[in-house]
Amino acid sequence: MIKRLFACLLLAGCTWPALAAFDVGQLMDDLARHKGGKARFVEKKYISLLDKPVVSTGEMTYAAPDRLEKRTLTPKPELLLLDKEMLSIERDKQKLTINLSSQPEALAFIDSIRGTLTGNRAALEKNYLLHLAGTADKWVLTLLPSDQKIAALVLRITIGGSRSQIRSIEYLQADGDRAVMSIEPIEVK
Amino acid sequence: MKHAAGRTFLLWLLAMLAGVAVVWHSHFSADMSFFLPGRPTAEQKVLVDQLKEGAVARLLMLAVEGGEAGQRAALSRELRQRLGSLPEFLSVQNGEAASLEADRNFLFAHRYLLSPAVSAERFSSEGLRAAIANSIDLLASPAGMMLKPLLPRDPTGELVELLSRLNAGTQPHSVGGVWASQDGERAMLLVQTSALGSDTDGQEAAIAQIRRQFAASAASTGFSDARLALSGPGLFAVKARATIKEEVSRLSLISTLAIVAVLFFVYRSLRLLSLGLLPVVSGALAGVVAVSLVHGTVFGITVGFGSALIGEAVDYSIYYFVQSGKIGLDQWRQRFWPTIRLGVLTSISGFAALLFSGFPGLAQLGLYSLAGILTAALVTRFVLPQLAGSQQRGRDLSGLGRRIASAIGHLQKLRWPVVLLAVLAAGQLFSQREHLWNPELAALSTVSAEDSKIDLALRRDLGAPDSRYMIVIQAADRESALQEAEQVGARLDRLREAGLIAGYDSPARFLPSLAMQAVRRASLPEAEQLRHNLQIAQADSPLAAGKLAGFIDDVAQARSGDAIDRASLNGTSLALAVDALLMPAGAGWSVLIPLHPPAAGDFAVAPVRQALAGGNALFIDMKAEFDQLYNDYLHEATWLSLAGLLAIVVLLAATLRSARRLAAVMLPLVLAVLIVIAGLNLLGERLHLLHLIGMLLIVAVGSNYALFFDRSSAEHRVDPETLASMGIANLTTAIGFGTLGLSQVPVLHAVGVTVGPGAVLALLLAAIFMPRETTS
Repeated sequence: MIKRLFACLLLAGCTWPALAAFDVGQLMDDLARHKGGKARFVEKKYISLLDKPVVSTGEMTYAAPDRLEKRTLTPKPELLLLDKEMLSIERDKQKLTINLSSQPEALAFIDSIRGTLTGNRAALEKNYLLHLAGTADKWVLTLLPSDQKIAALVLRITIGGSRSQIRSIEYLQADGDRAVMSIEPIEVK
Repeated sequence: MKHAAGRTFLLWLLAMLAGVAVVWHSHFSADMSFFLPGRPTAEQKVLVDQLKEGAVARLLMLAVEGGEAGQRAALSRELRQRLGSLPEFLSVQNGEAASLEADRNFLFAHRYLLSPAVSAERFSSEGLRAAIANSIDLLASPAGMMLKPLLPRDPTGELVELLSRLNAGTQPHSVGGVWASQDGERAMLLVQTSALGSDTDGQEAAIAQIRRQFAASAASTGFSDARLALSGPGLFAVKARATIKEEVSRLSLISTLAIVAVLFFVYRSLRLLSLGLLPVVSGALAGVVAVSLVHGTVFGITVGFGSALIGEAVDYSIYYFVQSGKIGLDQWRQRFWPTIRLGVLTSISGFAALLFSGFPGLAQLGLYSLAGILTAALVTRFVLPQLAGSQQRGRDLSGLGRRIASAIGHLQKLRWPVVLLAVLAAGQLFSQREHLWNPELAALSTVSAEDSKIDLALRRDLGAPDSRYMIVIQAADRESALQEAEQVGARLDRLREAGLIAGYDSPARFLPSLAMQAVRRASLPEAEQLRHNLQIAQADSPLAAGKLAGFIDDVAQARSGDAIDRASLNGTSLALAVDALLMPAGAGWSVLIPLHPPAAGDFAVAPVRQALAGGNALFIDMKAEFDQLYNDYLHEATWLSLAGLLAIVVLLAATLRSARRLAAVMLPLVLAVLIVIAGLNLLGERLHLLHLIGMLLIVAVGSNYALFFDRSSAEHRVDPETLASMGIANLTTAIGFGTLGLSQVPVLHAVGVTVGPGAVLALLLAAIFMPRETTS
C-alpha cells in the first residue's frame, strides 16, 4: 500500500514539471502549426461479435485547415473524403455524400479528429471535456463527450501523438466495441 | 314587311335560345389538354397519360420558410400530421425517421424474397463464406456501422444489398430530423394528392387545403412569420386556369367596351348600336355552340380568342349601316354584298384549314372562327335589314370618308418607301432565319418565369424526380407485367454497372413477381443444410457459425412464410411507389420504369434502346417527345397555313378572273405579313406556332379591305362612305385583336401582336397600292 502510494507520488512528481510546461493551449498551438502531410494507417476494430479484430490499412492525407482524405487499401478499397462540411464515402463504384451541417452527431464525431488536426480548441471544447497527459514529445489527449447524444455513440476518444504529429486514435464505443488506429507519417520530399 | 320582320326575328330568337341551351350544357376547360395531341402515337399516349394521371403530375413540393431551424422543423412535423390524416392526400413525406422505419422493417422482414442477390450459390458454403467475409469487411468502413447490430441475423448483408439499390437518387438534406433545403434555410415536404393531375378542381381544393392547414399549423406552433412556398404541376394547372379565366373576362370586357364606344361614336343611336351588335352576339354564340357540339369540350383559350373575333364580326354590320345609308338596302345588296360575301368566303377558307389540325386547340380556334364569321355575316345579310327597317339611316360619315380619301392621296407617295421597307424586312427575316422560331413547346406554356424559378429551386432541394426518361411496359396481367419489369431490370442492371445510368425505379423491386419469389425461395436451403454449410464456411472466420442462430431461423421463416403481395406493402411509403409505377391500363397492366441519368455527363439514349431491343418495352424521352410533339404541330401548322393561303388565292383567282386584280389584292397582304413578322423579330419576339396562325389570319382578315379597294378600282371611283366604313371596321378589328396582345397567355398574345398591327397595315398598304386614278 505504502509502496503504491509512493509510486504514485513519484509518478506525480515526474509528470508535474512536464504538465506545468505542457498544457492544452500549447498542444493546440503546436497542432495548428502543422500544415498537413501524408501518413500510413492501420486500423483495428475490436467487435464483440467477432473472435478477431477487423484490420484495415491505407493512407491518410491532411491539408490544413479542412481537407482530410482517408484512403483505405485493404481489405476493400474505399475513399473517405472530408472537405469542409461535406463528407463523402466512395466504395464499390457507389458514392455517398453527407452534408455534416445537417447531422449534428456526425459533425461532433468528425470534429474530434478535425479539431485535433487543426488545433482548434474551441471546436473540441464545444462537445468534449479535454484532458491532456504526457509531454510535448509524447502526449495523450483524452476527449470525453459532454453531450448525451454523442455519449450514446462514443464513450471516449483517446488521441496520442508526438509534437504536432498524431500517432494514434482510439474510439471506445458505447456498446464496448473499440477501434484503434495507429498512424505512421510518410516523409514527403 | 312588318310580318316578315317579326317572323325573321322569331326564327333568330329561337336559334339563339337553342344555342344558349347548348352552351348551358357545354363543358368548359382551361387545362393543358388544349395542347395535347388529338391523335397521339404510342409514345405520346404515355406522355398524355403521365400528364393526366401519372404520379409525377400529382406531386406538390412544399417549403417552409422564415424563423429558426427548430421552428421550421416543428411546423413541418405538425403540417405532415395534419395533411396525412386528410383524404385529399395520398402521402405526405417530410423525412421524419418514423415514416422511414416502416419501410425498413418491411425490407428487413422480406429480405430473402426481395434481394436480387439471393441464389442457391449464395447459400452454399462457398457463397456464404464470400458473402459473410464481405459483410465483415464492410464493418471496417464507417458505412458498416449500421450493419453491425444486424449482422447475426443478416450476415450475408441482404439489407445492405437492398438499400444500396434504393437510393439511386440523392436524398434531401435533413435538419432537425426533417428534410431541408441544401442551404438549410427551408424545411421541405413532398405531397402526393389523391386528385389526378388532370383534375384541376381537385388540385385547386388540395392546394387550398394545404394553405389552410399551413396557416393552422403555424398558429398552433406559434410560428407567426412562417411562409409557404409551393410548386408542382397541379399548381401550374390551377394558375393557368385562373389566368385564362381572368384574362378572357378582362380582355373581352376591354374589347367590347372599346368597340361599343367606337360604334356609338359612329351611329349616335342606341338602337343602331344594339342592332349593330346583333351579328356579333350571334356569331360568338354560334362559335361556342359549334365547338361544343363537335369537340364536346370548349377550351377557355378558344373563348378568349372569341374576344378578338368580336372586332372582326362587327365589321359586317358596320359595312351595312354605313354603306347602305344613302343608297338603300337593295342597291347595297347589289353593289356591296358580293364583295363582302367574297371577303367572308376568303376568311372562312383561311380558318377552314385549321379544322384539320391534330392540335386540338388549333382545330377549335378554326371551327370557332369559321362558325362565328359565317353566322355574323348571315345575320347581317338576312336578319339585320329586316329588323332595322328601310328608313334606318346612320350618321352621315362622308366627311370622315373624304378626310380618309385625302389622307390616302398623301399616303400613296409612300409606295417606293414601302417597297424598300418590305425588302429590308425580307432581308432581316432572311438573315435571322435560323433564330426566328422558338423550337420548344415551353413557348406556349402559361407558366411565368418567376413560378418556374420557384419550381426549379424546390425540385433541386428535394431531388424530386423530373422523370424525363422512362420505360413503359404493357402486359396482360399484373404477374406478367412484373415479370417483364424484372427482365428489363436485369438489362438495366448491366447499364448501371457500365455507368450509363445512375439507376432506375421498378415496382418489381418491392413487389417481385410470384415467379421470382418462388425462384428465390427455392434457392434457400433447409435449416439443417444451412447449419452444415455455415459450419464449413465459417471454420476460419472471425464470425463463428454458432453466433448465427438468428440467421438460420430467419431463412427457415422465409422458406415457409407467405409470398409478398400488394397488401404486404400497406402502411409503407413503398406501397405508393409501387402503385405509381404499376397500374391497370385498359384491359391489362402497365409498368413505368423511370431511369436516373448519370450524375456526370449526358444521358446516352442509344445504349438504352439497344438494351431493350427485341422486347416490347418502350423507351420514352419525355422532353424529346414534347419537343417532337410541338415540332409536329409546327410542321403541320405550316402546311395548314399554306393550304389556307392557297385556298384563299384559288378562291380569289376564280372570282376575280384576272391575274392583275389578284396580284393587286394579294400584294398588300403579303407585304403586311412580311413587315409585321420582321417587326416582331426586331422587338425580340421568338416566333411560335400561333404567330404562324396569326400570319394566316392577317391574310384572311386583311383580304376584306383589299377586296373593297379592288371593287373601287373596278368602278374607277371610291365613295367616301365605303372608305369611312372600312376605316371604322379596321379600327374595331384592330381593337379586337390588339387587346389579345395584352394577354399573358402566349397563345393569345401571339395572335394579338401579329393580327392587330397586321390588320391595320393590310388596310394602309391596300390603300397605298390602290390605282391612283381611283382616288382622284
